[in-house]
Amino acid sequence: MECVMADQRESARLVDLLTAEGENLAGQWADQVGASLKNRVSRAEIERELDELYTALVSALRVGVDPRGEAFGEVRALLAELSRIRARQGFSPTETAASVFSLKVVLESALTGDRDTADVQAYLQLSRLLDDLGLYTVETYTQAREELISAQAEQLLELSTPVVKLWDGVIGVPLVGTLDSARTMVVMEKMLQALIDTGSEQAIIDITGVAAVDTQVAQHLLKTVVAARLMGAECTISGIRPQIAQTIVALGIDFGDIVTKATLADALRHALKRSGVEYTSQDGRSR
Amino acid sequence: MSERVPVLRIGDVLLVSIQTDLDDQAVLNLQEDLAAEVVDTGARGVVIDITAVDIVDSFVGRMLATIASISRMLDAETVVVGMRPAVAITLVELGLSLGGVRTALTLEKGLRLLERSRAATERGPGGWSDPATR
Repeated sequence: MECVMADQRESARLVDLLTAEGENLAGQWADQVGASLKNRVSRAEIERELDELYTALVSALRVGVDPRGEAFGEVRALLAELSRIRARQGFSPTETAASVFSLKVVLESALTGDRDTADVQAYLQLSRLLDDLGLYTVETYTQAREELISAQAEQLLELSTPVVKLWDGVIGVPLVGTLDSARTMVVMEKMLQALIDTGSEQAIIDITGVAAVDTQVAQHLLKTVVAARLMGAECTISGIRPQIAQTIVALGIDFGDIVTKATLADALRHALKRSGVEYTSQDGRSR
Repeated sequence: MSERVPVLRIGDVLLVSIQTDLDDQAVLNLQEDLAAEVVDTGARGVVIDITAVDIVDSFVGRMLATIASISRMLDAETVVVGMRPAVAITLVELGLSLGGVRTALTLEKGLRLLERSRAATERGPGGWSDPATR
C-alpha cells in the first residue's frame, strides 16, 4: 500500500515537472527532435506527433510510472506507430530513439536553477522511464524493418519465377539468382501447374542466370524433371555455362537421361522436334 | 465390402478412371479386376486416369507401378494420365519415380500415345522398341 502511495507521489511530481512550463516544454521537445532528424520531417508533422505523445505521457503519468503497465498502453501504441513510420521513411534506429531521448535534454535545461533534491529524484525517475520507452521504440523499429524485409523477400520470390510460353506446347522457366529449397518448390509448383494450364508436353528450364550449381541445386532440378515426367511432360535443362558444366562433372552429379543443352535456342529446337513441329527457313529448306 | 472401380473398355484399350480416394482393399480389388479384364478382352493398352486424385500415399504410388508391371506381363501397355502437380511432387518426395510407367498430361494425349507406340511396334521386329519393356 505504501509502495502505491510512493508511486503516486512520484508520478504527481513527474507530472508537475512535465507540465511546469506547459506548452513551452512540448515546443522545445519538437525543436530538439526536428534538429536530430535534420529537418527531413516537416515541423508541423513532428509537432502533431509529439503533441499526442506528450498528452498521452502526462495522462499516463497521472496513473502510474510503470512503462509496461496498462496506463502506458496509449503511449506505447503511439510510439510503435512513430517507430514504424520512421522505419519506413528510412531513418536509423538512433534517430528514431532520439525522438524519445530528446525529452530528457529538454527537461535537463528545465532543471537548472534553484531546484531541490526531490526534483532531481523525479527527473532521474522520468529518465529511467524514458530509457525504457526509448528501447521500446528501437524494438518496434527493428520489428517493422524485419516485416519490411520479409515482405520484400516474398515479392522477390514472386517476381523472380516467371513461367513463359515459348511455343504451342512448349513452356520455358528462366531461373535467375540462387536456388534454394523454398524457391525450387515455388518454381516446381508453378511450372507443373503451367504444364496443365497450357497443355504443354515440353518444358525448358533455363539456368543461364543461376550463379552456381551445387549438389543441392542439382537435386532440386532433378526432382522437378522427374515430377514433370510423372505428369507426362518432358523437361530439358538449358543455359549450362562452361564453368557450371565443369562443376557438375567435378561434383559427380549424374543427370541420367535428362536432356541438357547449352543454350535456350538449342533446347527450343529440341523441344519443337520432340513435339513434332517442323519449321522451314525462307528459302524453303526444312531444318 | 470395399467399393470397386469400374474398368471400361474402349476398342482394345481399357480405361480406369479413379474418382475417389482408394483404400488398400479397393486397390487390391482393382489390380485383380484389371488383370482379369485384360486377359478376357485381350486389351493392348490400359489407361489409368487419376485427374480426380488429390492425395496419394506410397501404397497408391506402388499400385500404379504394379498395375503397369502386371499389364506388361499380359502384353498391354499402361499409361497414367492427368496427374496433378501436387501428386507428382508427393511421389517425387516419396522417392517413387514410377520407372516403366508411361505418363501423359490428358486422357486424349494418353490414348494418342498408346496408338503411336502400337503403330511403332506393329512395324515388326527390329523396329522401334519400347524402352519400358526391357
